[in-house]
Amino acid sequence: MADSTVTIAVLAPDLLGTYGDIGNALVLERRLAWRGLSAEVLGVNPGAGVPETADIYLLGGGEDAQQTLATTELVRSTALGRAVDRGAVVFAVCAGFQILGHRYPAAGTERPGLGLLDVDSLRTTGSRAVGELLADPIAASVGGAELGPLTGFENHAARTRLGPAARPLAAVVNGVGNGFDNLEGAVQGRVVGTYLHGPALARNPALADLLLSWAVGELTPLAVDEVDQLRRERLIGQTGARAMKGRSRTRAWRNWQTRWT
Amino acid sequence: MRQFAPRLSVALAVGRTARRLSKLAGRGRGNVVGGHIALGIEPKALHILAAGRPTLLVSGTNGKTTTTRFLARAAALAGPVVSNDDGANLPRGLVSVLMDPHIETSARLVAEVDERWLSAVVEATRPEVVVLLNLSRDQLDRMEEVRGTASRWRDGLSIDEATRTTVVANADDPIVVAAVPENAKTVWVGAGLRWRDDAATCPWCGQRIAWDSDDRWRCVECGRTRPTVSWQLDGAVLHTAGGGHVDLVLAVPGRHNLANAAMAVAAAAQLGVAPADAARACATVENVAGRYQHAWGPAHRGRVYLAKNPAGWIETLDVLDADRRPVVLAFNSNGPDGRDPSWIYDVAFERLADRRVIVTGERATDLSVRLRYADVAHRVVTPLAAALAEGRDVDADVVASYTAFGAVRHELDDG
Repeated sequence: MADSTVTIAVLAPDLLGTYGDIGNALVLERRLAWRGLSAEVLGVNPGAGVPETADIYLLGGGEDAQQTLATTELVRSTALGRAVDRGAVVFAVCAGFQILGHRYPAAGTERPGLGLLDVDSLRTTGSRAVGELLADPIAASVGGAELGPLTGFENHAARTRLGPAARPLAAVVNGVGNGFDNLEGAVQGRVVGTYLHGPALARNPALADLLLSWAVGELTPLAVDEVDQLRRERLIGQTGARAMKGRSRTRAWRNWQTRWT
Repeated sequence: MRQFAPRLSVALAVGRTARRLSKLAGRGRGNVVGGHIALGIEPKALHILAAGRPTLLVSGTNGKTTTTRFLARAAALAGPVVSNDDGANLPRGLVSVLMDPHIETSARLVAEVDERWLSAVVEATRPEVVVLLNLSRDQLDRMEEVRGTASRWRDGLSIDEATRTTVVANADDPIVVAAVPENAKTVWVGAGLRWRDDAATCPWCGQRIAWDSDDRWRCVECGRTRPTVSWQLDGAVLHTAGGGHVDLVLAVPGRHNLANAAMAVAAAAQLGVAPADAARACATVENVAGRYQHAWGPAHRGRVYLAKNPAGWIETLDVLDADRRPVVLAFNSNGPDGRDPSWIYDVAFERLADRRVIVTGERATDLSVRLRYADVAHRVVTPLAAALAEGRDVDADVVASYTAFGAVRHELDDG
């Protein structure tokens, strides 16, 4: 960063904001502010140009037509790709996640994505994946960081398959996630995609702090009572009868390893 | 009393018994179980009971119950009316209303209908008027996306049974405009649109929608634009199709209720009710199935509000700003609330930072996290009764999400 203010760019918030994911920007900005670090949140209309110098880029979820318009506008700009090459952090949810891949389904056909994540998103013939999602992060994908269980709410029709260059963010314990190999999300360098709404970073403060640490370096610890309370409640709600046993989780990870290594 | 074919007669008899038993057992107001059972026995119960009965339907994401109350009062000036005035807006709720053996056979049905069920109810009731208020995100885990609902409305209004229907629609909501079939008989009302985030893209061509300084929308690409209206709301003045105007003076607060009243007056005009008379009828509504009721009695100012999605909240925040009283937020995220409470991050709760805030309800913690990130000081108080007791002490307003609202009404009615 040229100066000490962290810039958080929310891409196409009017198009990719149907599921409250704008909250991720608020969470990041506040968690910096509470640590005495200054941050600025920008809403970016990609049609008017994407800044190349932001520290963190966020994309949220949205309906089909909005997803397509956002992609059309983003594809015209190479700024995001250059930012990623420079080491910027990207965190994308649901439709935003799909856009970052090679292709995603829209209106009965397929459209090209931005190619920043080695993933393909495909329309499913099955039912929509809707409900609480619980997933065990795969430490190797996030540089060994211990994030604790990831919780959130998923709501999507498409399924996302990882290519060899993308690592899974987590293994699904409860819910659908990506819909392939029982995996959730994807990580490639500092680009992270996920199906967790909630918003994801409000529900998973360790994940929020991981993204921030990529942007600003080591962070002082932060304890927020309300957030801790929410995690306890959501985890209790999740680890009931529907939760899978640990061995299924291991099997999912082994499947992934066999396939890509 | 009407005579019905045997299966429906049985259905009604069983349904009515169920309803009586439900009320006796104290399980709610018995509004829907009777209709539910009757439909189970006779799936065409609504078709048969509605046959020949003039019908007006009201649908949309927000404002259905209030607009229906306004419209029922106004339509009563044109003849007897029966209505689902407690907000039971699924087909079984309508059947429950029509099953009552004491209603007049010629009474007009004025009913609110859940957005997902509008097409089915249009087909069953062949309404003379359908009022379309607005469409925005709400219960995203249960509803198909907003555009999908609009598309279903359009299909539902294109069927033969709707050939003689007049659609009274809010021209300021592009999604609603897209839901009205091209050749429908339409009365366009400029009722306004405060929440525009679900109307960012053109429903026809997918490009961006822009609003000009007069709040008229247009697509930047395909040229679709807000239709010409025959009724226009301007503050609290409604300019009427006849060229005159009426002042809307309501007993319930908020800009959104002026919009709801405008829609109701325009709809009542289709029955020949003069706008000034309809407006006076709207003014008699003080409490809509618990909405806007005085929480702590008439000597106090705190009221109960229902806010269940971002569009509803943006209007509610405006109303709360008038007095800035302490506020109790009762928040659940059960089925009818939408199981995913992420939408609270689309609400500018930061505006509550200048007053005392008490949070309660089954998902109080989710809202508490939201308020913490909004830097709004607050306390979580459970159970609900304890939170309301504190609210009473400070004459607070109470704002509740859908199922929490039912719980609040229950507590206040009992206490």
